Amino acid sequence: MGSQRRALAAVVLGLASLLAGCAGPEPWVKPYERERLADPIMRLSRDALADKHREHIYDVRESGRGATGVQGGGCGCN
Amino acid sequence: MVATSGSSVWMRRLRRALARRPHHLMRAGRALGVVGGVMAAGVSTVGTAYAVDLPEDRADAMYHFYDGGGTRADGPALLIRKKVADRLSISGSYFIDSVSNASIDVVTTASPYKEKRTEYSLGADYVYRDAQVSLSGTTSDEPDYKANSVSLDVSQEVFGGMTTISLGASRGADHVGSRYEGMFDRAQHWRYRFGVTQILTPRWLMSANLEAISDNGYLGNPYRVAQVFGTLVQERYPRTRSSRALKLRAVGDIGQGEQRAALRAEYRYFWDNWEIKAHTLEVGYTRYFGAEWLGEAFVRYNTQKQALFYSDNAQSETRYVSRNKQLSDFNDVGIGAKATYSAGKVADKFDVKWNAQYQFMRFRYKNFTDIRTHSLYSFDANILELFVSATF
Repeated sequence: MGSQRRALAAVVLGLASLLAGCAGPEPWVKPYERERLADPIMRLSRDALADKHREHIYDVRESGRGATGVQGGGCGCN
Repeated sequence: MVATSGSSVWMRRLRRALARRPHHLMRAGRALGVVGGVMAAGVSTVGTAYAVDLPEDRADAMYHFYDGGGTRADGPALLIRKKVADRLSISGSYFIDSVSNASIDVVTTASPYKEKRTEYSLGADYVYRDAQVSLSGTTSDEPDYKANSVSLDVSQEVFGGMTTISLGASRGADHVGSRYEGMFDRAQHWRYRFGVTQILTPRWLMSANLEAISDNGYLGNPYRVAQVFGTLVQERYPRTRSSRALKLRAVGDIGQGEQRAALRAEYRYFWDNWEIKAHTLEVGYTRYFGAEWLGEAFVRYNTQKQALFYSDNAQSETRYVSRNKQLSDFNDVGIGAKATYSAGKVADKFDVKWNAQYQFMRFRYKNFTDIRTHSLYSFDANILELFVSATF
């Protein structure tokens, strides 16, 4: 019985510590502080069509591909 | 929308609490419920500001040009994106590549040729609260290669909008052919991607993207040949390939005072089960010049290790053999610039921008020789994009 109680206490403590972990940090950059981030120059992809052209050129000449956020298609190889 | 759902939850709780009270209070509760419902309806019709914005309505028309290593490709491209409902935006694009090919692979083993590739894409983006769902389909057609693919991507803003998590998958199915045999084989592609974009400070954000790609089917090129003991033979490729890519990006506003200027850095590590390993690094600087001009300069460097079965001139017979310079040991350097001129409002509605982007690239191969001269091969390329974009 004693060992069961200790196990129960350990589980309760474990859950409590997990819940304490959920408290985590608060968002530290407030929406009103994001003016500079909203400027078009801060976008990771500003012009989808031009980016697509460049990615296609790299894709058919280099082996590295993917993880760009730009979707290509077709071959146009050689 | 958050306000609407919040107020309806509050109203439900209030009505439940009132239901436990004497009858006259219940009537008051029902009356409150009606008032609440009207308020909620008012909020939902007025408050169309979602946490995630739909992509802006936009039209682009572009002329693109590539010239390098004996290959010249150019053509027009169009992209139109339009909101069709409160939460739905659809897009369509059209891309033409007119290729005139006299690359080293072609001139040393076959005759130069011309061909045209046409690509159409259709997409739909749907936003709901802090999430965006994107579905798209692409079809690409050229005389000896037809490719179709569909993609589904979901992104969700969390942590007070500071973090965006995205998940996506694509499936592609190709028909592979040659000018001499017609369509003779197929290839399939699966792509699975995961990404996180994180706001770090009021000036900096970064993203990490991971993508896994699996291919199977005919992955070679019917026109290319390999060299074994100095003799030209048909290439022999594996029919499966599994790749991984991890890309890290950071972009920050480094402008002082009113001046806006951004610095970005990108790094990608790529590896696959053909034992290719590639590192790609790109750094760019963007800044405004007055109210109308935006300038950007960037450098890019890519280096890779060869595939296990690549050989310039194999000295043993192996199951797979390729002399595809794309799979060889090489590096390439690019340097480019982009200028954007904001022409202001046209017809009181269209915000028009003129753009020109140029990039110079130099490819240097470490173990791919020009079989005509027996010297290591290298080539330079010029890339140009001229386009006009209008947001409305």
